[in-house]
Amino acid sequence: MTTMATLPIVIPLAAAALTLIVQKSLRLERIIGIGASLASVAVAIWLLVEVDTQGAIVVQVGGWAAPIGISLVADRLAVLLLATSTIALAAVLVYAVSQKSTDEDLRGFHAVYQMLAAGVALALLTGDLFTLFVAFEIMLTASYVLLTHRAGGSETRATISYVVIGLVASGLLLTTIGLIYAVTGTVNIADLTVKLDAVPPGVRAGLGWLLFMVFGIKAAIFPLFFWLPDSYPVAPTPVTALFAGLLTKIGVYAIVRTQTLLFPSDEPVTLMLVIAGFTMIVGVLGAIAQKDIKRILSFHIVSQIGYMIMGLGFFTVGGVAAAIVFIIHQIIVKASLFLVGGLVEETEGTGAIDAVDGVARRSPILAILFLPAALSLAGFPPFSGFVGKLALVEAGFSAQSWAIVGISLFASVLTLFSMTKIWGGVFWGAPKNDTPSHVPRGMAYATASLVIVGIVIALGAEPLIEYAERAATDLMAEGVYRGFVLGAGG
Amino acid sequence: MTVTLALTAGVLFATGTFLLLQKRLSRIIVGLGLIAHGANLIILGSGRRPGLPPVIEDSAAGAYSDPLEQALVLTAIVITFGVTAFLLALAYRSWSETGSDEVEDDTEDVRIAHKGDQP
Repeated sequence: MTTMATLPIVIPLAAAALTLIVQKSLRLERIIGIGASLASVAVAIWLLVEVDTQGAIVVQVGGWAAPIGISLVADRLAVLLLATSTIALAAVLVYAVSQKSTDEDLRGFHAVYQMLAAGVALALLTGDLFTLFVAFEIMLTASYVLLTHRAGGSETRATISYVVIGLVASGLLLTTIGLIYAVTGTVNIADLTVKLDAVPPGVRAGLGWLLFMVFGIKAAIFPLFFWLPDSYPVAPTPVTALFAGLLTKIGVYAIVRTQTLLFPSDEPVTLMLVIAGFTMIVGVLGAIAQKDIKRILSFHIVSQIGYMIMGLGFFTVGGVAAAIVFIIHQIIVKASLFLVGGLVEETEGTGAIDAVDGVARRSPILAILFLPAALSLAGFPPFSGFVGKLALVEAGFSAQSWAIVGISLFASVLTLFSMTKIWGGVFWGAPKNDTPSHVPRGMAYATASLVIVGIVIALGAEPLIEYAERAATDLMAEGVYRGFVLGAGG
Repeated sequence: MTVTLALTAGVLFATGTFLLLQKRLSRIIVGLGLIAHGANLIILGSGRRPGLPPVIEDSAAGAYSDPLEQALVLTAIVITFGVTAFLLALAYRSWSETGSDEVEDDTEDVRIAHKGDQP
């Protein structure tokens, strides 16, 4: 039974190897890739149900018991995000293979894509700081290859800064892990929850903020977000959608995981809330200044990260649960928005909002797909963004942090404004010619499926929030996580 | 011993950061390598009791080196090696496509810098 928890990592790894073997047949590669992605979704959903009813599944890799060996921990937080990210990965993969001019472009693509999926799954499931570093490396190295896959000169140069930032963050993460190991003698997260108690408060706070900063680079929080709006928009659409939906959120996941378990606080952390506020406002102001769909959306990624950090900053069960709901909503909605943006580029030839007009008349399907996702991003009821933001505001009220609640609502209004800018600039107006444009069917289906998942999240908001609250309780309650990994006596 | 390691790591980090802030990509890559080495040294320095065999059985309690940080460093070195090789290939591609080894200016910075030029 416990081996099921390793499958989300093993399936994509095996698929990556297989696709390399059958490289001669692109059709076979495609079948293996999509099959592996769908199988991962099935396993993740099975885990989602199983973990909630039977309790967390812990695998001690190689039979070495924690804290000596490496533990894989499928707890509620991990499986929630695992299910969401495998769904996003599968939808984006279908979108990617349905694009025009795919044959030569896709050579080797599937292997790298599955490696990325394996890295994401490992980052979510690992219960060990060093393995978390390795998972980030797998994920990021795959992302470097995807970004530069068949890139021309200017794209290559734009992505170099992304790669360099990634490497600097990795170096700092490694250093931080080394320092944590120096003071505690362990890198097992469950073991660290106890051992860090013996560390002097000053050193402990230093390590906590160092870890926050390192993952903050990957999550693109203020003031460490500068690399994101430059590197994301230049990549091919499926890659950007995947990065926008998933990669930064894995950084946020690492922040939530480490801050709640290793550096808990009894009261709201003001510095974290200030960072959250700046991230929201600076991100959304950056978005308003842009004139290209993908660049606008890229700045919104930054802005929305602020909401997640805000939920975490309250350090209450309600706040962390709201942050988890918000991460899930963002993975789906952000990916679907980028996919629609890519479809507009595909049908119109450009994503500059000044150059495109009247898409709503030429291809109404794109407008239908864009509208729910955009309203959801702005937090309009009854969409999923509203659910997440309502939970955040409620958590803010009970933590009595009025300022950050006000800032978050203000940022929401600005988000709505910038969404209307895309809507007014791209979808409304008189089209330059009246011929209905051809929307590739597979790409539209893939986008539609993600949009529908977003709506399902909104409809199933209550069970989702309850699940997230149980997940947050596992994180916040003293000793629960340790009990999963080290047994009751640990 | 530990002080020497710590000082070396500090020098590596300082030099690496300096090189990282240069405009030429080749220097940036060397800087990244130095930072990675500094991180590795810090992990090495985080173990206790150097110079003893990393075996528990034959020695008195506590009189053994910690083998874990060497395993960690080995993993980190392999990862750094792979990614550096990739970055070098990328730098070569960038150089052969654009004929320059310099990192591109930030697009926002360029926009702001040219704001005054426009009438």
